[in-house]
Amino acid sequence: MAVETTGTVAARERDTPARRKKLSGRAREERRLGWLLCAPAVIAMLLVTGYPIVYAIILSLQRYDLRFPDDREWVGLGNYITVLGSSTWWEDFGNTVFLTVVSVAIELVLGMLIALVMHRAIFGRGPVRAAILIPYGIVTVVSAFAWRYAFDSGTGFVVKWFGLDTPPLTTRGGSFFVIILTEVWKTTPFIALLLLAGLALVPEELQRAAKVDGATAVQRFFKITLPLIMPSVLVAVLFRTLDAFRVFDSVFVMTRGANNTETVSILGYNTLINRVNLGLGSAISILIFICVILIAVAFVKGLGTSASPVSGGRR
Amino acid sequence: MQHTRKEVTLWSIALTVLLVYCLIPVIWIVSLSLKRPEDIGDGRFFPKSISFKNYDQVFSEGTFTAALRNSIGIALLATIISIVLAAMAAYAITRLEFSGKALILSGALAIAMFPPISIVGSLFDLWRRIGLFDTWLGLIIPYMTFTLPLAIYTLSAFFREIPWDLDKAAQVDRATPWQAFTKVMVPLAAPGVFTAAILVFIFAWNDFLFAIVLTSTDASRTVPAALAFFTGGSQFTDPTGAIAAAAVVVTVPIIIMVLVFQRRIVAGLTAGAVKG
Repeated sequence: MAVETTGTVAARERDTPARRKKLSGRAREERRLGWLLCAPAVIAMLLVTGYPIVYAIILSLQRYDLRFPDDREWVGLGNYITVLGSSTWWEDFGNTVFLTVVSVAIELVLGMLIALVMHRAIFGRGPVRAAILIPYGIVTVVSAFAWRYAFDSGTGFVVKWFGLDTPPLTTRGGSFFVIILTEVWKTTPFIALLLLAGLALVPEELQRAAKVDGATAVQRFFKITLPLIMPSVLVAVLFRTLDAFRVFDSVFVMTRGANNTETVSILGYNTLINRVNLGLGSAISILIFICVILIAVAFVKGLGTSASPVSGGRR
Repeated sequence: MQHTRKEVTLWSIALTVLLVYCLIPVIWIVSLSLKRPEDIGDGRFFPKSISFKNYDQVFSEGTFTAALRNSIGIALLATIISIVLAAMAAYAITRLEFSGKALILSGALAIAMFPPISIVGSLFDLWRRIGLFDTWLGLIIPYMTFTLPLAIYTLSAFFREIPWDLDKAAQVDRATPWQAFTKVMVPLAAPGVFTAAILVFIFAWNDFLFAIVLTSTDASRTVPAALAFFTGGSQFTDPTGAIAAAAVVVTVPIIIMVLVFQRRIVAGLTAGAVKG
């Protein structure tokens, strides 16, 4: 591939008289090659996400229960009205928003602390980096089982160590606590690494100058560091928020939605796969999709406004 | 730079806290897997006496070995296909001028944010009709697609740093185009390709939702899905020890990768995000 391009470059330089004509020919060829090379990836992405989402929209407008396949018929927005009119959807939506907001907030604060600490590392940088990648890399289901067994009254050590009266996973609050703990443990390192990369871009002279001017460490963090790494923060928070909103694995392993901890993804899964109600389940899927789009749009708007004054100086 | 004693002490404490934070669940699941079946419920953090009975049990059961084979095969194949497609696209995006580049990049970004739960229902229905349900290919296709954005962004970030003119220099030195490509360009691109491959592999190895929706038997069920539905050898055995042992087995490759390639993984994770 690389060879081919330089070949055309060489050819172009040899016959200078017809250069202008060749250039446009070359541009056309480059464009063709560009699309040719991107085509397989683009087609795969369109086929596997674009087509199923359109199909999901179509299914969501039908009454389609695999147990009664003959009953299949168009019902318009009927499924959406059923879902939005049910208390289950709103309860699960509330649970999901609660889980998302609490875990992302904790992850951001904890991730920032870890990043600041790692930024000032004196020795042992390698071991810390390796250790911090373990939660990121570990299979989510495995980490969920590890925490579940730790808090389980039958197998765990937590109940015994802290002398708890009721096993956490039998109550709603306790279950939420363990789910949030699992999510936070698993994804904080990712946020910390993104923020650490952002911190590396903050010029050291600015910090020193502010120190000379008598700014405290806290002032320096909020007035210099934070504004400069805001783009990194927003990117990290956006990706984690979208990720947290579709939380599924940990909840599935911990409670499968019991103790009133069901999230929208679990509701979608149960409706689609356990109750094989593809119509209703697809309506839930599309509603989740719309929520994700709204979150992304809100963040991109925020990213645009907050990034502009900072990036003006740096990029 | 000189560090005061206070700084060294503070850092040592921070280092210890960080290591404990990251490792506790891992150490816990390992020690749980090493407990004798009769000690599983003893509530101790470390096992009273070490036994490999749980490992014997999971490896003697067809379900787990089949799941392990499926996990390895599906993750590797998805990684290879995704990287080949992404490398072609990333090369075009970094090296060629053509309209539609921005569209491809923003489309990929949109897919990176795409919630899989929104399409598992339609994929389930489609796969049932066209015979992809409960097959390797049925999982490879979504894994490949969902890792393409990550791979394209990571590879583009790496490819941007490559001094591409070196192959011209090689040709001046009378290397054939093929030699210039294999001896100069491939070694330059390899680290980026490798980094992207690790990230893609971790995604495919980790996935749970597609795996439980699109598979139903040992033919294609991967380890995370098998774990969630693992019931133990018979109805009388508690699966806890076996699940713990199986969990340790699937964690080992990840830990090895993290230890060997930590620099690469960090570079890959932050490359796309910070510059993009």
